[in-house]
Amino acid sequence: MSAVTLDHITKTYDKGKVLAVNDVSLQVEEGELFGLIGPDGAGKTSIFRILTTLLLPDKGTASVRGYDCVKDYKEIRNRIGYMPGKFSLYQDLTVKENLDFFATLFGSTIEENYELIKDIYDQIKPFSDRRAGKLSGGMKQKLALCCALIHKPEVLFLDEPTTGVDVVSRKEFWDMLKHLKQQGITIVVSTPYMDEAVLCERIALIQNGKIMSVDTPDKIMAQFPVKLYAIKADNIYHLLTDLRSMPEIDSSFAFGEYIHITLKDAGADIDTLQRNITQRGHTHVDIKLIHPGIEDSFIRLMNQA
Amino acid sequence: MEEKVIVCKDLTKRFGDFYAVNKISFEVNKGEIFGFLGANGAGKTTAMRILCGLSHPTSGEAMVAGFDVYKQPESIKKNIGYMSQKFSLYENLTVVENIEFFGGVYGVSSSEIRKRSDNLIQKLGLTAEAKKLVGALPLGWKQKLAFSVAIFHQPRIVFLDEPTGGVDPVTRRQFWDMIYEAAASGITIFVTTHYMDEAEYCNRVTIMVDGKIEALDSPANLKTQFEADNMDEVFYRLARRAKRSGD
Repeated sequence: MSAVTLDHITKTYDKGKVLAVNDVSLQVEEGELFGLIGPDGAGKTSIFRILTTLLLPDKGTASVRGYDCVKDYKEIRNRIGYMPGKFSLYQDLTVKENLDFFATLFGSTIEENYELIKDIYDQIKPFSDRRAGKLSGGMKQKLALCCALIHKPEVLFLDEPTTGVDVVSRKEFWDMLKHLKQQGITIVVSTPYMDEAVLCERIALIQNGKIMSVDTPDKIMAQFPVKLYAIKADNIYHLLTDLRSMPEIDSSFAFGEYIHITLKDAGADIDTLQRNITQRGHTHVDIKLIHPGIEDSFIRLMNQA
Repeated sequence: MEEKVIVCKDLTKRFGDFYAVNKISFEVNKGEIFGFLGANGAGKTTAMRILCGLSHPTSGEAMVAGFDVYKQPESIKKNIGYMSQKFSLYENLTVVENIEFFGGVYGVSSSEIRKRSDNLIQKLGLTAEAKKLVGALPLGWKQKLAFSVAIFHQPRIVFLDEPTGGVDPVTRRQFWDMIYEAAASGITIFVTTHYMDEAEYCNRVTIMVDGKIEALDSPANLKTQFEADNMDEVFYRLARRAKRSGD
């Protein structure tokens, strides 16, 4: 049995005018760390809200641990933890009061499952008497995770837990998720940051309500159909505009200090390309063959759609 | 000598005994793309608010677009543009209405607004959407429009606070094309971001840690200085030392 199943789920808003989720099917296995990767408006939150029984789909069926998301909503609610994208704890309760409240709601106590949250809770414990509304972004995020975990859920849903969070806190957060996974909890997490995709076991790339690809990050990257080159020169912006006007270039996208390009002719000679670019007045031209990343794959799939 | 559009010296903002911004000094050149990075709580927003004329510093000096942040905050506001992920456009006004509103607020004449707004709408490919409410546009289009509106009055500097958060990877790059174009036309860009690849697109980058500027140089020089392969690593090395955390 899969931990989470979506079977041809469709969701529209505004009397059918806005198609948020478009015939999405996927499975998340027991104990898996699964990522939904896509930008704002891709449909990630709608999928989360359907799975957490907060939203009814227009079409299709969905289940969590074998329970139907529409009929068995009460069963599901007891078995899942949900951390919404928007901070949803009680701002005028303290850290400890929030945690107590959520434990009680699920007929549990902080002590009963303390082991599960200990590592995370220890980091906010010095502030246990502070009101949640007065916490910093990083601490709010940790408290929200503790509250979603305190009843020891079987499946944890985390909707964009790292959005707007700096690189250091993001790394810490992913370390916490890995640790939770080792304790057997199935985790479904969404993120708009493509670099976080490789931290998941399997991912779904989602755009405009449609799943573009579901697989392990390695396999998705390996499916990139053509050779990918990284190129740089002294004036990177002029290089980018020049590349766009060159007929032999199929695609060119800035990636940090390099520009990633694909060529129309698979057998094209790189030395010739280098000469053509140098002839346009570019200096220190450097071209190399590279392995595509998730963001390369995402862009490629987006442009095919 | 290059023209400086922002000059800060020992700029400090104290709340009680908390130094949100602690003696920061830097200069930004005309037409430069200046990246302003830091962990949550490092003091970026406070510093940016001072430079936009929205908050008085406790001590130190700062000149923005030739005006003093203590004495001439209103002149500063007229000469800058501002855009953030959170606030940029009125969702329940149409595309045209937003352009007219912000153009008017910044003192662009009606005839000028009409002329420029037609050009802008055409350039953005929004002709069919011109009379639609901004709330109905996809996020990527909204952000591109918001940026165009922020530089509509041809300010000397535009402040961009995480302008590309949550935007898809293709639109994110189109957005940076617009930034480059604006910089080439002489508008100075002051930008914050959580995407470290975008730090590479800046001419120079500062990294703030606990209210202080801990690094300021071109991305290439910072990578050499910190013996790092990419900006992500540079940032991580610096920000990891932070003692405080916050928003």
